[in-house]
Amino acid sequence: MPGEQLVLLGVNHKTTPVAVREKIALSEGYAEPLAALKALAGIREYYLLSTCNRVELLLVAEPGCMVEEEVRTSLFGNRLSAEECRRYLYVLNGQDAVHHLFMVAASLDSMVVGEAQILGQLKEAYRHAARFGCTGPLLNKLLHKSFSVAKRVRTETGIGSSAVSISYAAVQLAKKIFGNLAEKKVLLIGAGEMAELAAEHLVGQGVRSVTVANRTLSRAVDLAKRFSGQAVSFDELVAQLERVDIIISSTGASGLILTREQVKPVMRVRRNRPLFFIDIAVPRDLDPGLLEIENVYLYDIDSLSSVVEVNKAEREREADKAGRIVDEETLKFQRWFQGLAVTPTILALKSKVEAIAQAELERTLARLPEAGTLERQALEKMVAAITAKILHDPLMFLKSESCAGRDNSDQKVTTVRELFGLGNGDDGQ
Amino acid sequence: MHAITNLLYLALLGLSFVAMATYLVFFVRQNNRIRNVGRIFLLAAGIAQTLYILARYLEAGNTPITSQHEAVVFFAWSTTWAYLSFRWRYSVKNFGAFVATLIFALLLISSFSPRDIVPLLPALQSFWLPIHAGVSIIAYGFLALAFCGGLMYLLLERELKSRRLGYFFARLPSLDALDQLNSHCVATGFIFLTLGIVTGSIWASQAWGAYWQWDPKETWSLITWVLYLVQIHQRFTVGWRGKRAAVMAIVGFASVAFTLWGVNFLLGGLHTYAG
Repeated sequence: MPGEQLVLLGVNHKTTPVAVREKIALSEGYAEPLAALKALAGIREYYLLSTCNRVELLLVAEPGCMVEEEVRTSLFGNRLSAEECRRYLYVLNGQDAVHHLFMVAASLDSMVVGEAQILGQLKEAYRHAARFGCTGPLLNKLLHKSFSVAKRVRTETGIGSSAVSISYAAVQLAKKIFGNLAEKKVLLIGAGEMAELAAEHLVGQGVRSVTVANRTLSRAVDLAKRFSGQAVSFDELVAQLERVDIIISSTGASGLILTREQVKPVMRVRRNRPLFFIDIAVPRDLDPGLLEIENVYLYDIDSLSSVVEVNKAEREREADKAGRIVDEETLKFQRWFQGLAVTPTILALKSKVEAIAQAELERTLARLPEAGTLERQALEKMVAAITAKILHDPLMFLKSESCAGRDNSDQKVTTVRELFGLGNGDDGQ
Repeated sequence: MHAITNLLYLALLGLSFVAMATYLVFFVRQNNRIRNVGRIFLLAAGIAQTLYILARYLEAGNTPITSQHEAVVFFAWSTTWAYLSFRWRYSVKNFGAFVATLIFALLLISSFSPRDIVPLLPALQSFWLPIHAGVSIIAYGFLALAFCGGLMYLLLERELKSRRLGYFFARLPSLDALDQLNSHCVATGFIFLTLGIVTGSIWASQAWGAYWQWDPKETWSLITWVLYLVQIHQRFTVGWRGKRAAVMAIVGFASVAFTLWGVNFLLGGLHTYAG
């Protein structure tokens, strides 16, 4: 196989329940896992992304090297059984990996499609990898491309506005309920991207404090640090309701986190000060029965969207449009990537044939001492013409567009290399 | 003199109507220039009401608060000035539209009862008349504001709870602002109401020799007073607020309205001569 392989391994909120995600999340930062990966042979370039909703590793492996297994052990160690790995981990190759990366960067793979934070996280992850010297020409190009794809999606579609408008709606509602937000306290349940975004908006409106509750306390501590707030465990949730005013819930739990029976007694302690629940989790975290409690307001993601009249059809249309941009950019990148493999082959072929011709020409000329300048020039011209004509067809074959839309440049490169005995290792980058 | 009072009455009706109309247009259109016009008209209406009451005072020679018509005009006057004084301290978005409507409604009601000046009954010839009746009706003015605030609260709360936001969501202030408005107006109204009952009771002891006669008006005033007392007490002890406080403000105001009209028409009693 010519050229290196692009492999993407990962888990995200779609494939993996939060309990597993939390187990494998890289809570200690990037330094350690990046260093561990460096020890593995057969990986040329790699970068690692870890957010609340996903852990993904993108790597460029040596041709023909099967690194998947080793990477998996290095990354997740024994935190995940082989069986779990098979079930949750997705492995994408080549074009699929590129496509996925672009989808992630453009926030089309996010829990809340269109939220802008993922791009920042991606850039941060890239910075870490680049600082450790893990990235090379291919990943540099690919990641920078993914940033520009994200930007293109953001500017050419309305996908970003729906996520922003959802947190905007949350702020508007909070203002309608509480008036001044300056003395209000926010509780985040679960450390989702969207919750963070909404909390950021509320902090922008001057809420007094942000408290984070998460199943794994370390993640809560990390997020709380960002808002210079406080982290609490899940067990303290109901007790926290006595002091906070706005609750944003976004856990990946399959069941309800808070029920009506739990919240009702809290209202007496709160002396009926209003509670505003925002449930952006799918499936829902909060009991719809909360609405029956006096002075309790509950909004889920759909009702929030209806607030800003971003209707679902419109959001889907924008997502389609964004998907098309990603497809297009993936194809463009793929073409560039293939060019990378084709070009060295062309050069190798050319230089080989020209070298042969040159060598033979010199030998012939050495045997013809009486030949004049005119004859020499004629011979040189003839050799050049023969090489050019012989090379024409194989080069056209290499450069030709894929037939019937199927991409087979890998095959073509292999064929030409075998046919002309160009070897495998010297194809450069 | 009579011509002047008539003219003033027409002027205050007209001004109040225009004030209401501009506030309502502002409510629909949300254009700040219109609101300023509404404020000016309401202020003018308030001044016209004051002048009308003064003119009637000069004409009748006593505080014009002794007939149904006078009492209701006085009610509208106290609501207007309670609002204007309130407005001066707080700004509650679009409160004016509701209050101006209520004021005009009160004035409209006043136009249906006879405007003749009835000679003062001997029993009412006392310096307690302006104090007792005036203080009571000022209380009603603040309680009317609480009523408007309660209505607004319920309208907004309903949209927020049903999660179908629309007309009122965009136009009403925050629930918290409305609840505070309720709390302040009820508290102020309650103080005046208490003073009204106390002064009435003192006057009764001087005029009739007994502090309390269980006359229907007295009884209903007491019921009203207890309703507001319960509300205030519950707010301070267990935190009755929000929707419950809004409903209580409306119930309390219904009791006020019944004390003012229902008692006269349905129950009679010692107070029937007055509004």
